[in-house]
Amino acid sequence: MSKQEQHWEKSKGLLMMTLAIWFVFSIGIFLFGAEMNEVTGPFGYPLTYWFTCQGSLGIFVILIFWFANRQEKIDEEFGFSERGDD
Amino acid sequence: MLKGNFIDNLPKVYGIYTGGFLGFIIIMSIGEQMGMSAKAIGICFVAFTVAIYAIIGYLSRTAQADAYYVAGRQVPTVFNGMATAADWMSGASFVAMAGGIYFKGYGYMALLVGWTGGYVLVASLLAPYLRKFGCYTVPDFIGTRYGGNLSRFMAVVVLTVASFTYVTAQINATGTIASVALDIPFQYAVYVGLISILLCSMLGGMRGVTWTQVAQYIVLIIAYLLPVFWISNKIGAGFFPHFMLADEVSRIAELEAQFGFVKNSAENLKEVPKGLAGITKAHSAVNATPWAFISLALAMMMGTASLPHVMMRYFTTPSVKAARKSVGWSLFFIFLLYSSAPMLATLSKLSLMDPTLPTGIIGKSISDVQAIDWYQNWNAANLMFVSDFNGNGTLELNEFFMGGKAVVLATPEIAGLPYVISGLVAAGGMAAAMSTADGLILAIANAISHDVYYKIIDPKAETAKRLVVARVLLVVIGFAGATIAALEIQGILGSVIWAFDFAMSGLFFPLVLGVWWKRANKEGAIAGMALGLISGAAYLVWVRTGGSGFLGITQLTFGIFGSAVSLVSMVVVSLMTSEPNAATQKMVDEVRVPSGRSIIGKQ
Repeated sequence: MSKQEQHWEKSKGLLMMTLAIWFVFSIGIFLFGAEMNEVTGPFGYPLTYWFTCQGSLGIFVILIFWFANRQEKIDEEFGFSERGDD
Repeated sequence: MLKGNFIDNLPKVYGIYTGGFLGFIIIMSIGEQMGMSAKAIGICFVAFTVAIYAIIGYLSRTAQADAYYVAGRQVPTVFNGMATAADWMSGASFVAMAGGIYFKGYGYMALLVGWTGGYVLVASLLAPYLRKFGCYTVPDFIGTRYGGNLSRFMAVVVLTVASFTYVTAQINATGTIASVALDIPFQYAVYVGLISILLCSMLGGMRGVTWTQVAQYIVLIIAYLLPVFWISNKIGAGFFPHFMLADEVSRIAELEAQFGFVKNSAENLKEVPKGLAGITKAHSAVNATPWAFISLALAMMMGTASLPHVMMRYFTTPSVKAARKSVGWSLFFIFLLYSSAPMLATLSKLSLMDPTLPTGIIGKSISDVQAIDWYQNWNAANLMFVSDFNGNGTLELNEFFMGGKAVVLATPEIAGLPYVISGLVAAGGMAAAMSTADGLILAIANAISHDVYYKIIDPKAETAKRLVVARVLLVVIGFAGATIAALEIQGILGSVIWAFDFAMSGLFFPLVLGVWWKRANKEGAIAGMALGLISGAAYLVWVRTGGSGFLGITQLTFGIFGSAVSLVSMVVVSLMTSEPNAATQKMVDEVRVPSGRSIIGKQ
């Protein structure tokens, strides 16, 4: 496999993982919204309520930064990273 | 101001700007103490902020295509994040979202999840790859990846349908705020709003819009957060509302049980002015089926990833790496407002509902409520209404009605905050609506000027001529939007949601598969865009004209049907026709490598 193909395989793996986490917190947990809301969540809010107003939203923010860092690592590993600029 | 080292000086420039704005708020509150009228404060807030945006727009003027279309591709990640957040958060997010949560509770909060979760798709599936592509517009990507004028043209059609649906709502919102703050009739206020919008974008294109959007974000986030924190402290709910409102949330549930949700008769409801609603849904309990919640969230997420005015913001970053990070910053800045909306809804509802609070009105006598100053003001503005349906002389929960906008606009006044806060909120709403309208009008005008005029009609046109065409289109589209907005056909929120559905019906799979499926070809993409958009629109018309729908897909989620048709037709047609040529396949390979020169720059 060429360097480029390996890079793409790894990138696809990261994508799958990212989408799996995304799926859980955007869709998965809301299949059980009514049951979960009986539980007390962080800061004392009902759990499902907390996910809809803070939890899922915050997790998405962290997830994107995590994804960006992981992808950068993969790019560096294969020498595809760009000059430093943020 | 915009000299060579402007980019390095950004933190300083916007730091001074923020300080200046806070200073202005303080001056206004001193003015209020000294007897300045509420109306004068409102006019000052809107006029001052709009003037600043116009100045930024003027200073960002440019005659270069790269600056006009993609802000010279040098916007740093954090600032691009702020600009995207302003681009994203519309008048609807600012003015109507807390109201939606207030009235509909859990079922509505699918929008919060959908409008944030979509950014995960943007970051992982699309933005970095489209940035690597080096296109000016979204149809530019479609046209180059799939080849042929027809695919490019179809993308422009989908983009225009979705963005135009969206932009009329934003111009409507600027008109509403301008008409209240400046006290002029709505029909004229719409055009005042439009001119403010065009001042930001006409001379500087994307560059002008970028730097005004950053300025608008700063205004709108201060305007949203300050009242939330202030009210929370004032009624003793906690100094940091986001972490401390659990007691208030459970208190609302307790009061809901105590008052009960009494259903009003149709006859009684006829008395209620159009557009106002009562509290009929539980605040924190789960009041929607899983599919109702998930389908709405899913439609909004896929719509987010297909809306061109958001995607094109990531064309302005210096690199692919920066584009990915920038999506994270965008969502962070959006999160600051979205996580505050439910808190505002909670505070607003509790201060009206709780009889033990001095601001509580439920359970008081109707005549007392009707004598309150703020009630009379908002009743006159057609945003509040009470009526003694059961004739017992006491205001019941089901006898109090409010407009969705009133939650954001009236709560500061109800909680007894000084008027300067209401002026600030008006300026924030104006900033939110203007920044989104600018992004949308620019997306449409750029797509038509770059993709239809330059790429299809006159590929030899000089830069100066292209930019003249782009600016003329900007004005024409703006006026067309304002004219339709002045007719007041749809509500603000409904048309915003439709825009997401249109975008996902036509563009989601052609964009995603363009990067992730090498076998996707021109014929497939054209079929996907055309059939997706047509079937989505047909479903909407069918449901609107009395059709029953299927699989629980409503007029708010018709994009789920449209995008499914788009996916199937795109895959089937692609497989039935020949695979893309070697050059195209090589291009896709190159898009997947983050380093190196952009694809379009090479040609």
